[in-house]
Amino acid sequence: MKLKEIVKKLKLSVRCGENNLDRDVTGGCASDMLSNVIAYSKKGDVWTTIQIHANIVAVAVLKELAAIIIVQGREPADDTIQKAKEENIPLLVSKLSAYEVVGKMYELGVGRN
Amino acid sequence: MDKAFSQIYKIQGGNIYNAGKASTEIKSILKQLGINSFIIRRVAIAAYEAEMNVVMYAKHATMTFEVTPKQINIIVEDEGPGIADVSLAMQEGYSTATPEMREMGFGAGMGLPNIKRNSDSFKIESVVGKGIKLEIKININ
Repeated sequence: MKLKEIVKKLKLSVRCGENNLDRDVTGGCASDMLSNVIAYSKKGDVWTTIQIHANIVAVAVLKELAAIIIVQGREPADDTIQKAKEENIPLLVSKLSAYEVVGKMYELGVGRN
Repeated sequence: MDKAFSQIYKIQGGNIYNAGKASTEIKSILKQLGINSFIIRRVAIAAYEAEMNVVMYAKHATMTFEVTPKQINIIVEDEGPGIADVSLAMQEGYSTATPEMREMGFGAGMGLPNIKRNSDSFKIESVVGKGIKLEIKININ
């Protein structure tokens, strides 16, 4: 599924990476522990988290993730947005909880990669 | 064995926001050398976790990065508190991270296990009160 479809269907706000929404999402992961994401996420996953600091971008780059969805209405820190722009990682924001976001993505057919 | 490439990085403890610099640079060097992307990902994960450990727990460290025709070596020698019980630290889920670090999503207790999982050879020597030496080898073929 294209990232832009997820953005549209889940009504996500795009904080950066508007030009990278055409990429394919092949699965997802949800965790707030960075090393857990490093261990279990797969290339092409969209990552759902409440973390907002710049290290999330480093993890997304490391694992070649498709995008990061920051949930519960949290906002990425300024340096996180800056780094995400440099690294071409779309940062998306939702008011919903991780549970709801993941549930909706499963409904759309985005399952485990 | 001939060294195709070798580089030493200094890593400062304490600044979480600055972390990931050495591993990012290592990743781009390996790309330039035309190393297979699966191998690059393994090296980058091992280097990032090792770097984060220094930033979170140690005073400072040197990270030696070597590429030989057959393997990639990362040696991290830090000055810091060391690890009292290495076998415990190798268990997934065990962590001595502070509450502040955990709030930021560090301290999953998976750093060292992630390094081991992505290495072909992994050695750790710890002296409590002095520091840790990690030797990571990842085969190219």
